[in-house]
Amino acid sequence: MAAAAALEAVAPTGALWGLVQDFVMGQQEGPADQVAADVKSGSYTVLQVVEALGSSLENPEPRTRARGIQLLSQVLLQCHSLLLEKEVVHLILFYENRLKDHHFVIPSVLQGLRALSLCVALPPGLAVSVLKAIFQEVHVQSLPQVDRHTVYSIITNFMRTREEGPFVEELFEVTSCYFPIDFTPPPNDPHGIQREDLILSLRAVLASTPRFAEFLLPLLIEKVDSEILSAKLDSLQTLNACCAVYGQKELKDFLPSLWASIRREVFQTASERVEADGLAALHSLTACLSRSVLRADAEDLLDSFLSNILQDCRHHLCEPDMKLVWPSAKLLQAAAGASARACDHITSNVLPLLLEQFHKHSQSNQRRTILEMILGFLKLHQKWSYEDKDERPLNGFKDQLCSLVFMALTDPSAQLQLVGIRTLTVLGAQPDLLSSGDLELAVGHLYRLSFLEEDSQSCRVAALEASGALATLYPVAFSSHLVPKLAEELGRGELDLARGDEPAKCSRHLRCLQALSAISTHPSIVKETLPLLLQHLCQMNKGYMVAGTSEVIAVCQSLQRVAEKCQQDLESCWYFHQTAVPCLLALAVQASMPEKEHSVLRKVLLEDEVLAAMVSVIGTATTHLSPDLAAQSVAHIVPLFLDGNVSFLPENSFPCRFQPFQDGCSGQRRLVALLMAFVCSLPRNVEIPQLNQLMRELVELSCCPSCPSSSTAAAKCFAGLLNKLPAGQQLDEFLQLAVDKVEAGLSPGPYRSQAFTLLLWVTKALVLRYHPLSSCLTDRLMGLLGDPELGPAAADGFSLLMSDCTDVLTRAGHAEVRIMFRQRFFTDNVPALVQGFHAASQDVKPNYLKGLSHVLNRLPKPVLLPELPTLLSLLLEALSCSDCVVQLSTLSCLQPLLLEAPQVMSLHVDTLVTKFLNLSSSPSMAVRIAALQCMHALTRLPTPVLLPYKPQVIRALAKPLDDKKRLVRKEAVSARGEWFLLGSPGS
Amino acid sequence: MPTAAGSGFAMVGGGGVGGGLLENANPLIYERSGERPVTAGEEDEQVPDSIDAREIFDLIRSINDPEHPLTLEELNVVEQVRVQVSDPESTVAVAFTPTIPHCSMATLIGLSIKVKLLRSLPQRFKMDVHITPGTHASEHAVNKQLADKERVAAALENTHLLEVVNQCLSARS
Repeated sequence: MAAAAALEAVAPTGALWGLVQDFVMGQQEGPADQVAADVKSGSYTVLQVVEALGSSLENPEPRTRARGIQLLSQVLLQCHSLLLEKEVVHLILFYENRLKDHHFVIPSVLQGLRALSLCVALPPGLAVSVLKAIFQEVHVQSLPQVDRHTVYSIITNFMRTREEGPFVEELFEVTSCYFPIDFTPPPNDPHGIQREDLILSLRAVLASTPRFAEFLLPLLIEKVDSEILSAKLDSLQTLNACCAVYGQKELKDFLPSLWASIRREVFQTASERVEADGLAALHSLTACLSRSVLRADAEDLLDSFLSNILQDCRHHLCEPDMKLVWPSAKLLQAAAGASARACDHITSNVLPLLLEQFHKHSQSNQRRTILEMILGFLKLHQKWSYEDKDERPLNGFKDQLCSLVFMALTDPSAQLQLVGIRTLTVLGAQPDLLSSGDLELAVGHLYRLSFLEEDSQSCRVAALEASGALATLYPVAFSSHLVPKLAEELGRGELDLARGDEPAKCSRHLRCLQALSAISTHPSIVKETLPLLLQHLCQMNKGYMVAGTSEVIAVCQSLQRVAEKCQQDLESCWYFHQTAVPCLLALAVQASMPEKEHSVLRKVLLEDEVLAAMVSVIGTATTHLSPDLAAQSVAHIVPLFLDGNVSFLPENSFPCRFQPFQDGCSGQRRLVALLMAFVCSLPRNVEIPQLNQLMRELVELSCCPSCPSSSTAAAKCFAGLLNKLPAGQQLDEFLQLAVDKVEAGLSPGPYRSQAFTLLLWVTKALVLRYHPLSSCLTDRLMGLLGDPELGPAAADGFSLLMSDCTDVLTRAGHAEVRIMFRQRFFTDNVPALVQGFHAASQDVKPNYLKGLSHVLNRLPKPVLLPELPTLLSLLLEALSCSDCVVQLSTLSCLQPLLLEAPQVMSLHVDTLVTKFLNLSSSPSMAVRIAALQCMHALTRLPTPVLLPYKPQVIRALAKPLDDKKRLVRKEAVSARGEWFLLGSPGS
Repeated sequence: MPTAAGSGFAMVGGGGVGGGLLENANPLIYERSGERPVTAGEEDEQVPDSIDAREIFDLIRSINDPEHPLTLEELNVVEQVRVQVSDPESTVAVAFTPTIPHCSMATLIGLSIKVKLLRSLPQRFKMDVHITPGTHASEHAVNKQLADKERVAAALENTHLLEVVNQCLSARS
C-alpha cells in the first residue's frame, strides 16, 4: 500500500499535523476545509496530507480509520483537479483496497472514489477497475440512501466520458430497480427534492446509453402495460428520451410490442396526458428509425414499421360510426410528422382513402371530421421542403383536394366552411401547388365569404385571415381578381351612403373596408388599396355622402390596419407614410378652416373620436420610419403647425392661414392632436426643428382655456417630447418652464384644471424614465389629493401614471419607459400615500384610498403579494369605502392574499365574510363578481375556521344565484358549490 | 336515519363505485364544448341575461361520472338539446342518457345532476331530472325516485351517498 508506506517515512509535524489531529481525534469538522484550502493554495501536497494522516489510516479502531479516510476524501473532493495521473493511480489502488474494510469506513471510501471519478487525469482502464471493485466488494442495493447516491454519482461521472464496458447489466440492475420512481417528499424536507427531480435524474441515467436498450425496453413495455397511470407516463416519456440515442439496431426486436402498447394506450386511454405522451413516443420512435444509418445489407425497418401502423389504423378511418377515427388519425399523424419519408409513406396511403371517405359521407359534420383529418396531414407537409418539384407528394392529389375544399366552402355548415378555409390556406402555402385557375376560384370564394352576415362571423374572420395569408404569396391573383371587385363595392357603398341608405348597406360598406385592409399584406397590393381608401375618405369629405362619425372612423381603422401591415417592410412603411399622412393632414386642415358652407363631414373630422382614430393611423405610420426618412417628414410637418407652411399638402389652397398656435379658431387648435401623433412617435435620434419654439407654444396652449381636448393634447405632446430628450441644459430649461406654468396655474384661478393636467403628464413623462425630478412632481400630485376641488382628479391621475398609454409615451413610439417603473413607483410612494390617508380629514380620505387602489391594481400580483400583509389593515378599512374603484381594487388585492396566506387571513374571517357578502349585492356588476370570487377564495381558509359561517353563507349566496347578470350568477354558483363541500364527506 | 337502500337509492351495491370492474370500460368519448363566449350584452350592466339552456348545461356538463375519470358531457350523458328551461316560469327539465341501458349508476348520476341544480339555481325554480325516454331498462323507477323530494333529501342524509355525490360535483383536479 503505497500511501501507508509513505506514512512511515516522515513524522509529520507542524500546522498540518495539528489540523489532522483536530479532525480525526478531536471530532471537529472545520479543519477539513482548512486543509483543503491549504492544499489548493499550495501550502502542502496531497501526499503530505496522506503522510500526516499516518497512523490514523491504520488505526485498529474502525471509527478512527473512517474518520481519517473521511478527511482525505473531503480534501480530494475539493482538490481533485490538482492531482497528477500518478497520484490518481496510487489513490485509486488505496481506495479500492479500502472497499474491503469495515462497513463504518465504506461511506468515506465511496466519497473518495467519487472525488477521483471527477479527475480529468484518470488513466484508461481505472474506471472499469473501480466499478469492478465496487460491485465485487459492496452490495450497492442495500447501502443507505446517501451512499447509494454516491455510487450513482460515481457511475454518472464515469459515464459522462468513458465506456461502461463490461458492466452494462450490473449498472442497469442497480439503476433500474428504482424505475418507475415512486416518491413523495417528506413534509419539511430540508433538501426540497421533488418527485419530478428524481424522475428526471433517473431518466437521464437510463436513457444515457444504447447499451441499456435490451434490458430497458422490455421493462418500459411492461410498465406501459401496467395499471398505474404514473408508471405509464414515466415509461412513455423515458422511451421518448431513449429514442434520442437509440438506433434501428436497438429498437429492432421490440418494435411490434412497443407499437402494440402505444396503440392500445392511445385507443383506450381516458387520460389526455397518456395520449399525448404515447403520441410523442411514437413520433420519436419513427424519427429514430428514419434517421438511423443502415449498413448496406440491412433491412430498412421504417417501411415495415409504418406499414404496421397503417394496417392497424387505416380501417378505423373508414368505419361508418367513426368511433376510433380520431385516435387513429392522431397516431398516423404522430408518425407522419417524424420525417419527410414517413410523411410521404403515410399520406400517400391515407389521402386517397380520406378523399374517398369524404364523398361517401354526406352529412356536414362527418365531412368536417374527415376534412379536419386531411388538414392535419396537409399541415405536416409544410414541415418538409422538397427540392425537386416533381417529387412533391401532394401534386398528384391537388385537383381532388381543391374540388373538395371548394365543396366545403359552399357547404351550408359554418363548421365545415371554417375547416375548408383553413385547408385552403394550407394548400396555398405549398409552393407551386395551386394553378392560377385554382387561385381565381379561391379568391372568388374568399370574396363571397368576406361579406357573410353577422351570424357567421367566425367564418368571415377566418376568410379575412386566409385572404391576408394568401395575398402575401399570390399578390397578382388578389390584385387582378379581388381588388377591382372591392373597389366596385366601395363605389357602390358611396352611392348608398349618399342616399343615406339603411344599416344593411352600411354593414356591407364596413365589410368592404375590412377586406381591403385584410389583403394589404403585400407591398404591391398596398399600392392599390391605400389610394382606394384615401380616395374614399376624400369623397366623403367632398360632401357627396352623408357620412357619420362611425363611417369615418371605420375608414381610419382600415387605414390603421394597413399601416400595421406595412410596418414590417421599410419601403411600404415609407410609401404609406408619405401617401397617407399628408392626405390626412390636408383633410383635417381643410376641415378646420372657418367657412361659410360647412359640409357635414367637416365637423365630423374634428370630433374627438375621429381625431383619436386619425392619431392612431399617423402614429402607426410613423413609429417604424427610418431616422433619415423621418427627418424628411418632420421638416414638413413641424413648419406646418408653427408657421402655417402648407406647401407640402396635396391640396393646399385654403381660404385662410393655418395657425393652430396663434389666435386661430378653436378648430385649428384641435389639430395639435395630429402633431402630437406624429412627433411623439418619431425615433429618439430624429432632431426636431424649431424645438424650442415648439415646446413654448405647447406649454402656452396646454394652459389655454379654449377647449379641454386641445389643451390636453398640447400637454401630452409636451410630455411626450420631454420624455425623449437627453438629460442636459435644454431639458432642464423645458422642465423649469413647465414647473413655473404649473405653479402659476395651480394657484386659485381659472386654469387650475389645465395646470393640473400639465402637471400630471409631465410627471408621467419623468416617472417613466426615472428622472430625478419625478419624485418632486409626484409629491406635488399627492399633495393635491387633499385638495377639495382637484382631489378626485388627482386620485384618478394615479391610474394614468401607472397605466400604459396608447398614443404617447409608448415603447412602440420610442419613449423611454423603464421596465420596473411601476414597482419603483410603488416602493417610493406607497408609504407616503398610507401616511397621507391616516393624516387626511374624513372627507378627502377616499381620494387617498383611490390613489392607492390605482397603484396596487396595476402592479404585477407576484410583486404585490409580499407587500400586502403590511397593507392589510388599510385594505380591510377600504372594503367599507363607498367608491366602486376602491372596492374593486381592494377585492382584487384580497383575493390572491386569501389563496396565498390563508393563515393570516383567517384572523379576519368575520370581517371578510360580512363585507364580501355586503359587496355581493353592490350595484356594480364588476364589484359583485369580485366579491363572489373572494367568497370562493375564502374556502381556502382552514375548514374549522369557516364551518361556523357555513349555514349563513349558503343562505346568503342563494340571492346572487338569481342575479340579473349571467357572469355574476356563474361566480355565485362556483362559490356556493365550494361552500357546500366544506366539511362534507367526499370533498 | 334512512339507509341508502331504504331510500331507494340502492345503486351502490356490487361493483361500480367501490372499485372492481367497470360496467362500460371503453365508452365513446365526446368533445367538450369550450367556455361560453362572453357577449357584449353580458358585459353590459343594464341588460338582464335570462337563465337559458346553455347556462343550465354549463352547470351540469362538468359533473364527473361516478366511474370514469370523465365528465357527463364527454360521455354524452348530458346534452344541451336535452335541457328545457323557462326563466319566467321558473321551470327547468333535464333529460340524461345513461351510457348503457342497464347502467346501475343511472340513479346516482340523476341524483348528482339534481343536487347540482339544487345548489346552483335560485329557489324559485321547479326542477325535473329524468332519463331520456327509452334509454334505460328501469327508466320509470329511476325517474320516480328522482322526482321524490323526500327520497332525495333522505339520500343526502346518507354519508356514503353524499360522499359520492360530492366527488361527482368537485372540480376536476
